[in-house]
Amino acid sequence: MNKCLELFLTFAKIGTFTFGGGYSMLPMIQREIVEHKKWATNEEIVNYYAIGQCTPGVIAVNTATFIGSKIAGIPGGIIATLGVVTPSIVIIMIIANILNLFLENIFIEKALSGIRATVCALMIYSIWGMLKKSIKDILCVGLLICAIIATLFLKISPVYISIFGISLGVIYCLCKKEKTK
Amino acid sequence: MKLLLLLYFEFFKIGLFSIGGGLATIPFLQELSVKYGWFSQELFADMIAISESTPGPIGVNMATYVGYHTAGIPGGIISTLGLISPSIIVILLIARLLTHFKENKYVQSIFYILRPLATGLVISATVQILKIALFIPNAQSFITALKVKELILFFTMLIAIFSLKKNPIFYIIAGAVIGIFIL
Repeated sequence: MNKCLELFLTFAKIGTFTFGGGYSMLPMIQREIVEHKKWATNEEIVNYYAIGQCTPGVIAVNTATFIGSKIAGIPGGIIATLGVVTPSIVIIMIIANILNLFLENIFIEKALSGIRATVCALMIYSIWGMLKKSIKDILCVGLLICAIIATLFLKISPVYISIFGISLGVIYCLCKKEKTK
Repeated sequence: MKLLLLLYFEFFKIGLFSIGGGLATIPFLQELSVKYGWFSQELFADMIAISESTPGPIGVNMATYVGYHTAGIPGGIISTLGLISPSIIVILLIARLLTHFKENKYVQSIFYILRPLATGLVISATVQILKIALFIPNAQSFITALKVKELILFFTMLIAIFSLKKNPIFYIIAGAVIGIFIL
């Protein structure tokens, strides 16, 4: 029981002090989990991250579930995950409330216009990072263009595109195996 | 009650199908806006800004925001639980099964295909946000549709982000301050 409380508090702390999630969370996880609590080694954390990336869902959440389940089984996995999302829930609700109150204010309106233009620039920077990691050859370029056309012009749901991608990945692997035989 | 169930189901779907973290949830959330009209595209851009500049994973922050906006405090909680449920189930299964998950040939092939697709989805989502942030809707010609000041701010930020590599919060605060004085 004590272990679960400790897990919850540690992950709540990680959730409170990391901005942006994903990789920006890694240093905080390393400090808390590896150095302070000694719940896992650096190598294990890197492995959890790698698997967290190739499994559905938010990477930070996946990593929390992994570490929690290693320390205290299934309840540990669930509690660590709840810990990491609790600060978000509280903070976002407070901010959403405040923002709703001031949405009509002219200064807030101007600030939000500036923020929107900035978010566009930030997203392009993130896309640049994603492109560098995802485009390995001409087939990848083709897939990228197909995904853009399918969502932007044909309005196909991203859900179907993910399902299509998973199926195609399995077929691709089977074809590669055939070739090597 | 029905709305809460729908929120849980929709966010469960997002948790299950958005792979790769960070911005991967954005195209799915945008679909919700189109499908149900729970929030406008303008608010969506604001939600991204707030989710990026507050503590916690972006995907979780976005889920809480959309849920809260749609159905109050229970909505915020239910949406977030919906988003994380598939993670918990999948990871608990994988944690027991294998440590060599990443080396698996199938997993590698799936990711080789899925990564460019996911990037394409995020590009489409960004195009939609760009349209709202930098162009006036239903304008008569391309020239009159341009929000000139916003465009200048956008390109300035772009150059700054690529050359300075500071924390996103820094740019969001700068964007807000510049917005108040110039826009």
